[in-house]
Amino acid sequence: MKLLNASGCLDALTAPEVARSLDAFVTKTVTPLPRDGNAPPRIAEVEHGMLNSIGLANPGIDRFLAHTLPRLGELGVPVWVSVGAFAIADYAHLCDRLDDRPEVEAIELNVSCPNVDDVPASVGEIVAASRAATRKPLYTKLSPATADIAEVARAAQEAGTDGLSLVNTILGLALDEQTLRPRLSRGAGGLSGAALKPIALAAVYACYAATGLPVVGMGGIASGRDALELIAAGAESVALGTILFSDPGAPARIRAELASEIAGLGVGETDNAIGLAHTETAPASESPGAPQRCLPSKHPCKSSTFFMVDGLAPLVSMRRSCQRSRLRPRHRSARWISAWKRSSGRTTFASAGPS
Amino acid sequence: MQSERAEVTGTEQIGPYTLLRVARGGLDPGIPGQFFMLEAPGRPLPRPMSLCLAPPAELAFLIDPIGPGTRALCALEPGDRPAILGPLGNGYRLDVERPLLVGGGIGIAPLPYLSEALGQPPAVLGFRSELHAEAAHLVPNAEIVVEPTYVTEVIPPGHDVLACGPEPMLAAVAALEPAAQLAWEAPMACGYGACYGCAVEIAGEIKRLCVEGPVLAAEAVAA
Repeated sequence: MKLLNASGCLDALTAPEVARSLDAFVTKTVTPLPRDGNAPPRIAEVEHGMLNSIGLANPGIDRFLAHTLPRLGELGVPVWVSVGAFAIADYAHLCDRLDDRPEVEAIELNVSCPNVDDVPASVGEIVAASRAATRKPLYTKLSPATADIAEVARAAQEAGTDGLSLVNTILGLALDEQTLRPRLSRGAGGLSGAALKPIALAAVYACYAATGLPVVGMGGIASGRDALELIAAGAESVALGTILFSDPGAPARIRAELASEIAGLGVGETDNAIGLAHTETAPASESPGAPQRCLPSKHPCKSSTFFMVDGLAPLVSMRRSCQRSRLRPRHRSARWISAWKRSSGRTTFASAGPS
Repeated sequence: MQSERAEVTGTEQIGPYTLLRVARGGLDPGIPGQFFMLEAPGRPLPRPMSLCLAPPAELAFLIDPIGPGTRALCALEPGDRPAILGPLGNGYRLDVERPLLVGGGIGIAPLPYLSEALGQPPAVLGFRSELHAEAAHLVPNAEIVVEPTYVTEVIPPGHDVLACGPEPMLAAVAALEPAAQLAWEAPMACGYGACYGCAVEIAGEIKRLCVEGPVLAAEAVAA
């Protein structure tokens, strides 16, 4: 499990100590040309979160590569570069420019900013073009504002993305208390913070089940418990956003809280909690004492039979077994899920998750 | 960047404003004009407040309860422990020969600490009402005006002006005194350059006020 920041929620050069408390720093989205961003005011607090309409303010790829990236590379923190554009060729161009830069560990494709007017091309086409332009790991950041995010995730997977970043903000509007006019100059803005957490959970849950891809989960994480829930929904890593604004010490705090949560769960390592939400809990009458779960008898990529087991230890051993086997159960499990659903007529699924 | 939970030691009503006092703990008061992010209980985001006074072992902030966050801060009680981050941003340059402090409304907040640092220089303060003007006693050697008279009508020439107040006042001061140092404000979520919410045009470029300011030379900002 890695702890990252959500793109646009931290400047590692003005707060290097915060960046160093993360496992990787994700840059603010870089576009082909410099952008000033939207006119102020561009943030507004709302109940249970905030709105932003920053508008992808950034120096552009040329200045980023010449001035920003070398300084980021000196921080000693792995750097993920978020890129955004308004044409497929521009995404590919950005990935190509980053491909030979050793400072870059991974590229995040921002195909989902709610604060710009131009509508980006289809996710599948963007990912395919980007995939052809770089050997760096590609994470595709999706918007929850879609009828079926799992379908979009599958398109990204088929086009070659290595992982998913879930989720970007979702459009919201706040009106001034006195004037009843929009508080942001642009009108609506991206909603983040606690209000986004259930939306992020739903997206991670659906995309994990649909693709089995590694997921960076983000949206309203403010505690170790929040992080645990996203991990249980299927996130392999988690990213902090709005909480960093009010608590720059959040990475260390949330790490400690998560460790405590994991210890209480009794699953050993944090990675063993990935996808736990996809397992079924036994009815209360069948498990009066220790928690029991209905689990596949073997890893789902090998079998679809079920039996009852006590606790979570068998789940842990199955995940480790699959890691040793070098199988790619993330991808297999998604197909297995579909097959199992068809054969059983069930709408819920018990999976041991990715190994 | 220091952050800690600071115990509230008391609150004092001054006209419509509240002076919030907290134990200083390990926090550095910083340079006059710098600011702190104060956790507003029950709100998602902290609020930026410039330091008003730095009595021994304490920090004090003058707060105008105009919204949910500032109201929550004014409702803090002794013993509460809000998280405080700071000092942040760039304060006033103190290497001035003939300082004159100019403040308007809640914009007088950083001036008591600034006055102390500069040896209690003369000040001109403007308020919208006599009630608001009760806060003037925090600033020594102050000439006070109340609307419809504006502070810009009583600024004597030949001084190094250090000002803080509402945007129209700062724009008027900048027109009179291009070399003035002005403390601006903008909505900000973080105070340390992370959110990009406090963007303003500085010297022809869009920059973050929390990183470049909040105190800026008058000629640097297109008011």
